[in-house]
Amino acid sequence: LQSFLSVFRSLPSLEKTVGKCLILLKPQASRLVVQLHCKYGVTKTHNLAFQECERLQAVFDTQRCASSLRAPARVLAEAVVHFPQTLAEVTLGAGPGGKISLQNYVEDEAERSKMMVTELCLAEDEFQTVAVAPGSCITFCLKEFRGLLTFAEASNLPLTIHYDVPGRPVIFTLDDAVLEVHLVLATLSDTESNSQPPTANGVSHLPAPSDDFADDLESYMIAMETSAYEEGPGVPPSPTFPLRTPRPAESDPEQEEEEEEEGAVPGTPPHKKFRSLFFGSVLTPGGPGLAPTQEVLAEDSDGEY
Amino acid sequence: MPLSAPPPASGQPYLLSASLDNARHLSSLLRAVHFQDHATCFATANGLRVTVEDAKCIQANAFIQAEIFQEFAVQEESVTFRINLSVLLDCLTIFGTSSLPGTTTALRMCYRGYGYPLMLFLEEGGVVTVCKINTQEPDELLDFDFCSTKVVNKIILQSEGLREAFAELDMTSEVLQITMSPDKPYFRLSTFGNAGSAHLDYPRDSDLMEAFHCNQTQTNRYKISLLKPSTKALALSCKVSIRTDVQGFLSLQYMIRNEDGQICFVEYYCCPDEDITEAEL
Repeated sequence: LQSFLSVFRSLPSLEKTVGKCLILLKPQASRLVVQLHCKYGVTKTHNLAFQECERLQAVFDTQRCASSLRAPARVLAEAVVHFPQTLAEVTLGAGPGGKISLQNYVEDEAERSKMMVTELCLAEDEFQTVAVAPGSCITFCLKEFRGLLTFAEASNLPLTIHYDVPGRPVIFTLDDAVLEVHLVLATLSDTESNSQPPTANGVSHLPAPSDDFADDLESYMIAMETSAYEEGPGVPPSPTFPLRTPRPAESDPEQEEEEEEEGAVPGTPPHKKFRSLFFGSVLTPGGPGLAPTQEVLAEDSDGEY
Repeated sequence: MPLSAPPPASGQPYLLSASLDNARHLSSLLRAVHFQDHATCFATANGLRVTVEDAKCIQANAFIQAEIFQEFAVQEESVTFRINLSVLLDCLTIFGTSSLPGTTTALRMCYRGYGYPLMLFLEEGGVVTVCKINTQEPDELLDFDFCSTKVVNKIILQSEGLREAFAELDMTSEVLQITMSPDKPYFRLSTFGNAGSAHLDYPRDSDLMEAFHCNQTQTNRYKISLLKPSTKALALSCKVSIRTDVQGFLSLQYMIRNEDGQICFVEYYCCPDEDITEAEL
């Protein structure tokens, strides 16, 4: 991609000088030809070498997703700006009262008490469409999401988020007259059911979260002050999330991917990691330690296996 | 405001003495040929020529004619010395390189002769700096023997059209290939880098083309690292003439208009890397 991008490196000068751009593929010569027709009759021709690679087809269906959200890209871009640039994963959740929240994902429970946890809540009316399963939440890679947001904001397109249960891919789509964009990201699977609030930490004395966010925040602050002395370090209660203790799932796709990375078979496309762009969690059938509940979402096109 | 330097003790006038109201008229041209530390200065009654060479393959000359100077006097037929160009430029720009309108550095240059240093008196806003730069034995310079009778192909282009192309040359390519032809592609610059090849075509009827005299199809390759410094001269110039001779030697001549609208020239000569007579597309 780098070589292709270098052709369009200098946008301001391109805007000034280029009239039209012609892109053709010369498969026999293994060349992608990008021809820029510029001012004064000048023609710039770039013959970029390429190599054929195996095609991977992601298997996903936005119709099968239980939840979807639609918002202008700007709203989401402004929301993610509050998270540190180095943050890897973020959790998107649908809380009570129609609040949609974003929270940074901290893997280890022990780390949670030492790290800064940021939670951002968006009201339902900030979204154009909200059709979410209450209490649903998913965790996905923020870096790739940010990339998509930059593009979406620049093109001023609304973004639709389709998701299902944790572990199933999340699909971000942009729709326009001229193009269609689908970004499919894997989500962290959570073997614990979300609907059962765990009884750890004895936080049952906390006030029940109310619909009014201001009230929630106040009661949350009070609960923090009172529980801090009574309990040991534990998960800080969140007014919008039912309290749960996230534990790395045994069949965590991330861990699986890392194991399989070592057992890569030469000649096959590289195993895609958890944070792969466009293709969901790719698991080669027959790979080591494959959990029975994981299904293959993207098959090798040559079907050798 | 011309500075007057004390005459040499022996009563003889300096071999070379020159005054320039705006040192930038000299420094900007010298920068356009500054790709090596050392340069050879050659002065005659006509003016000053500063030559820089590299790898016995490339030569750049900056010409500052006597008319540009407020005062220019050479006592012998010609005066030649070798000097550290980096140091010379640092001295000429000792008051800074930002070109604020209205602030100019005045220069007086004196050279007593063989073995003596080049003296520079620079003044800006009442502050005077005196520099003495050691001179050396002049090197023997390459003679590309480029005369108009041997020119096979010649085009004159408006620099505007080439500036971007040169600034964005694919430096992963070892060579810059120049094709000049009476037929298509007329004038083509090509690079062969890591990502693939790139060709830049200028048609003969382009608005940028001031003159097009190509008699024969010639394709020559030049080491890109040697030609890249010419981008500086191109950036300053308004027009460039590109000529090749039978052997494929390349001559690039840049017409530069200085702040006062006076015309100066910088030229680059380069040997071809390989001999290719057939256009390689």
